[in-house]
Amino acid sequence: MNLTEHASILIIVIPLIASFINIFLIFLKRTLCYPFFLLVLGICVILSIDILSTVISFGTLRYKLGGWTPPWGIEYVVDHLNAYLIVIVSSISFIIAIYSKDSIKKEIAKAKLPYFYSTYLLLTTGLLGITITGDIFNLYVFLEIASLSAYALIAIGEKRSVLASFNYIIMGTIGACFYLLGVGYIYIITGSLNISDLTRLLPSLYESKVTLTALAFFVVGIAIKIALFPLHRWLPDSYTFAPSAVSAFASATVTKVGIYVLIRISFTLFEPRFLTEITPLSNMLIWWSTIAIFFGSIIAIGQRDFKRTLSYILIAEIGYMVLGVSLGNKEGFIGAVLHILNDAVMIACLFMIAGGIFYRVGSRNLEDFTGLNKNMPITMSAFILAALSMIGIPPTAGFFSKWYLILGAIEAKYLISAATVVFSSLVNALIFFRIFEKIYFTKKEVIPQYTFRELPLSMMIPIIITALAILIIGFYSGEIISSIIKFTVPAGF
Amino acid sequence: MEIIIGKYNYWIYISLMMIGFYAMIAKKNLVKKIVGMNIFQTAIILFFISTAYKKDATIPILVKSQEVINPAQYINPLPHVLMLTAIVVMVSTFGVALAIIMMLYKQYKTLDEDEIIEILKKKK
Repeated sequence: MNLTEHASILIIVIPLIASFINIFLIFLKRTLCYPFFLLVLGICVILSIDILSTVISFGTLRYKLGGWTPPWGIEYVVDHLNAYLIVIVSSISFIIAIYSKDSIKKEIAKAKLPYFYSTYLLLTTGLLGITITGDIFNLYVFLEIASLSAYALIAIGEKRSVLASFNYIIMGTIGACFYLLGVGYIYIITGSLNISDLTRLLPSLYESKVTLTALAFFVVGIAIKIALFPLHRWLPDSYTFAPSAVSAFASATVTKVGIYVLIRISFTLFEPRFLTEITPLSNMLIWWSTIAIFFGSIIAIGQRDFKRTLSYILIAEIGYMVLGVSLGNKEGFIGAVLHILNDAVMIACLFMIAGGIFYRVGSRNLEDFTGLNKNMPITMSAFILAALSMIGIPPTAGFFSKWYLILGAIEAKYLISAATVVFSSLVNALIFFRIFEKIYFTKKEVIPQYTFRELPLSMMIPIIITALAILIIGFYSGEIISSIIKFTVPAGF
Repeated sequence: MEIIIGKYNYWIYISLMMIGFYAMIAKKNLVKKIVGMNIFQTAIILFFISTAYKKDATIPILVKSQEVINPAQYINPLPHVLMLTAIVVMVSTFGVALAIIMMLYKQYKTLDEDEIIEILKKKK
């Protein structure tokens, strides 16, 4: 059996089956659960890198499920954009799996640990499935697998996380149902569910009201799932009260995969000209995301809770990506796709640091961060790196994607959007320098005398890996663009 | 008048969906919210199934002796199959939501949204 040929299906099936096997391992030997969980995610990373290298050298991969020819059967399609996202999702999930070993033990009961691992594997399955599938209904099913496991994972956090998770269920279900309605309308008018088939069928139907209704349902549904500003209500509470490993994983991947769905719907299902010339969607999304960036940043200033600050910064970052996607030119699109990677790494790193501080200090309040550099010097250096990248200071990764976004916004003559991106960077600088001041420059008398040392190694290593990744991605962003992202730019830009 | 009678299935699905939507947003009791969510999802099932219907058509079972197949004779089976999957998804959503409601009840001893918010305010 050729492994590479079946890699695109194995990457879904392995974590899916493993999540059930993991529960049965409880009866066999409890201590086996964690190594098994880590092994499965490690296999996923290897498979994803294998898929990426195949795509880079041979172009788009197509896998027919069960041998049924599309458009009747479900087809898995992996092009550069999918492969890029699969690598991001599986690596982030592996890194945070390492991190979760010690961090989660403090937050949930020991007896529930195997169930946590199983749900985590299911979330990974759902996210990988969304990115890999070439069928819009199959995408809905994976979207719900991912969301359901995310609801469950968030609910195991602190006490208040249960209410947050309930609100997430209500909002998430509305989003998913809107998406399903969009699928319904598309199916009524074309009779097909396969994305490549729809690309061929839809252009002659652009004037139809049914197509427009479908697009409207798709966009609103996805906007709820990615928490675009006025529909963001579920996000801050969920990610603040969830266990730290879960908030790191979910914030880094769930919203990014949502952006991927938005890109697929708007540029593969429809042509770019449909969004710019026939409907005013592109223009609308630009203003919508500009407002999201502005308010996300403004609200982030006023927060005292570190994880909540990060959540609002994340909402602004989602605005960046939607802005880049909707600008409709090459620079903006490259910026958005590059920002998916950068933001996933940055936000994962910051949420892991927040979890680390919570692990040692027992608080997320920014007031309690005073003088932490004495006790946790390495974590704090990683924090500085991630924060500088979030602000967008070269040579960290965050600078390059913001640079492309601003170039794109100027080229599309949306100067206000470009100015908002700069403004939001300044706000990030304000937020993070205020925290730096607390950590490094407070008077000796006020510093509380903590006795703890650095974080345990299993939490240190993932933080260091992501912090270094920010620098490495920054240095190699040119190569990433020329070898992967260049090919994801849709035709017609 | 034509648009109401001729497309009554869409009107019914939209009104059902709005009832569910109203319950999800306006009702204070969490269980009623979940029931609203279920109505909302059921409306979508109705929408899909009703689009598959054809007048005077039968169930899509192929008889071996029959040689000429006329697609107009059969109702479209695909939306039904899709909805089977969607029902599974909806049942699991409902299950997760009920489990979370149980956790909420254990914590706050009430299922009223306003009362829960008041308890949270007092804690601060």
